[in-house]
Amino acid sequence: MHAEPWINFDVGLFFDRFWANTINGLAYGSIYALVALGYTLVYGVLQLINFAHSEIFVLGVFGTYLTFLALGFEPGALPNLPLPAIILDLVLAGLVAMAVSGLAAVGLERVAYRPLRRRNAPRLAFLITAIGASFAIQQVIRIWRGSNPEGTIRLVPPSPVFTIFGATVTNLQIVIILASLAMFVVADQFVNRSRLGRGIRAVAQDPATATLMGVNRERVIMITFLVGGLLAGAAGLFYLMTIPQGAVYNGGFLLGIKAFTAAVLGGIGNLRGALLGGLILGIVENYGQSLFGGDWRDVVAFVLLVLVLMFRPTGILGESLARSRA
Amino acid sequence: MTEHSGAGPSMRERMTTVSHWWNAQSRAAQWGYMVPVVVFLLALPVLNPPIITTEPYTDFPISLFNAAVFALIAIGLNVVIGQAGLLDLGYVGFFAIGAYTAALLSSPDSELGVRYPWLVIVPIAMVVTMISGVILGTPTLRLRGDYLAIVTLGFGEIVRLLADNVDPLRGNRGFQNIARPGGDFPDGTPIFSQTDALGFYWLAVIIIVIVLLFMGNLERSRVGRAWIAVREDEDAAELSGVPTYRFKIWAFAIGAAVGGLSGTLFAAQVGYVNNQRFDITTSTLYLAAVVLGGQGNKVGVIVGAFLVSYIPDRFQFEPTYRFLIFGVALIILMIFRPQGLLGMRQHLLAYGREAYQKLFGAGAAVAPSGLTASSRARGDLAEAEPDDHAGTSPRGGGE
Repeated sequence: MHAEPWINFDVGLFFDRFWANTINGLAYGSIYALVALGYTLVYGVLQLINFAHSEIFVLGVFGTYLTFLALGFEPGALPNLPLPAIILDLVLAGLVAMAVSGLAAVGLERVAYRPLRRRNAPRLAFLITAIGASFAIQQVIRIWRGSNPEGTIRLVPPSPVFTIFGATVTNLQIVIILASLAMFVVADQFVNRSRLGRGIRAVAQDPATATLMGVNRERVIMITFLVGGLLAGAAGLFYLMTIPQGAVYNGGFLLGIKAFTAAVLGGIGNLRGALLGGLILGIVENYGQSLFGGDWRDVVAFVLLVLVLMFRPTGILGESLARSRA
Repeated sequence: MTEHSGAGPSMRERMTTVSHWWNAQSRAAQWGYMVPVVVFLLALPVLNPPIITTEPYTDFPISLFNAAVFALIAIGLNVVIGQAGLLDLGYVGFFAIGAYTAALLSSPDSELGVRYPWLVIVPIAMVVTMISGVILGTPTLRLRGDYLAIVTLGFGEIVRLLADNVDPLRGNRGFQNIARPGGDFPDGTPIFSQTDALGFYWLAVIIIVIVLLFMGNLERSRVGRAWIAVREDEDAAELSGVPTYRFKIWAFAIGAAVGGLSGTLFAAQVGYVNNQRFDITTSTLYLAAVVLGGQGNKVGVIVGAFLVSYIPDRFQFEPTYRFLIFGVALIILMIFRPQGLLGMRQHLLAYGREAYQKLFGAGAAVAPSGLTASSRARGDLAEAEPDDHAGTSPRGGGE
């Protein structure tokens, strides 16, 4: 029993796997970042921790999975399709996942949060509603699909593309990192440059004044949830590509907490902070895993959060959705 | 749960009336009413009344004991959330620390090799959890609102993961034979045993009464007023000379100690502790109990805890639908009664009994109709508007 120590301090492994961990962490961190954007957007506009966002993400995972099934892929078997067909299938699955998550997020807002806003409910009521919604969605998925993880559908096996500093980079990692970055840029530009984005920032800054200036607050809130949901859906696709056995009803819980941690780490309400926080969290987690052993991965993530908040109480980049240039 | 969530303003008014009637009674009269209630609660598992009992599904004394532990937890969490307005999502961590302290100090599986009796363990566990509350609070209580929420959530997870990973804490294998209080019934069976929770239930109710007395006095003291000031407007409190940071740490420490106490109680009854019971879902159930009953209202949180713990035992919903019903019920309740079943109660505490009676008359049984729970919550006794929730709305919140 005591042959193996319960905590390691394996500096050798840490340096051996440094670059591999970095790249792996970037890929994993981009998924955190995409989910974190949803938390951050909603938080910026409503000052609400949308606890049910992790379930929106899980719906995206299931949207992906069910699309795979509908396209005729069987769990377990590795499909032998030409590359363009696979890319087409992935894009299709991603679009379905985004649609599912986006609609679910808007529906959640309408069913659960809007009645509370109408009634000027206290702030904690929103949080409890979010927790209730999280339970409810999770259980609906469980009753529908059962509590065991779905079978493994792997459209593309990870295969090394090139090596950098002795670390192999797989095709999946490249796709996930680049696609996430692209989505982040689109979301960032949308919030910072478009007319609707200006509405989002105006409501984040001062909802009363924004309303007086003709911003339709309810519409802005709806769009915020929609954007967050779309990004979570895309994250669902990437997650299932990385972890093909990950379609399970409670699979979003820990990832959701981590993504929120990432959002807080970077500075909640701040889009770039969410990206930075997600990437840092993904990387540091992997370093910690090498250094202390696999069981300590999550501990490292939360300790990092506490440490950062001790020294930068509003996150690395600060809260700025409201304060960025109007 | 649904019969409450469907309630409209009429029920709200009725409850306000009851609370006003209650507040207008003298302290001796309140005691006079309380004693039979407590006696009834103590007798409940023996009476085992037909409709209330959970018997065909769950052993009634055990169900009541679990509800009582839940209530104790809710009372402790209420200090942090309801009184001081600090959102703690990792409260289960303190419960776990209490339970593990009991296990380490009394189980033969523990590497410490000591077997202290339960009564010795309780104060030690409370001190340990109190210290852990201060350790958690010192760096984090400078943070506000939602940052605090996520950090406490992280703390709860860290405690659980430590129980998973640190070998001396034995992970899933857990600790057997944790000490329980001694004593026998006249017929020779032990009062406190794993199979018969009757003795433990009585102990829990008595502990709850003692803790409630302590909390009541604390609420009416300078500390309680400081907490309310922090909750209502931290900046204003700080400017008025309230050392907010220190009082927030106090809230954390006292809340943690109660959590530790409930942990030892739980560990003693079950006699076994492992890493399976301390996840964040449990923490959110605690939070739900507090908010459901009405944060800031001691009686309310007990009712909330009782409902969250008892209803699943009583109705034994198809286990498949248990959490689904729970989640939907939370949403519906928050829509129709966002302040919880019983609203906040600190107007008395802020202004004192005399001021209250001057306003409403010593024997006032009916409250002025324009006074709602939330406007009172902000202490606006004089000029309350029924629908003025501005101070507690999600945007204007002072958290």
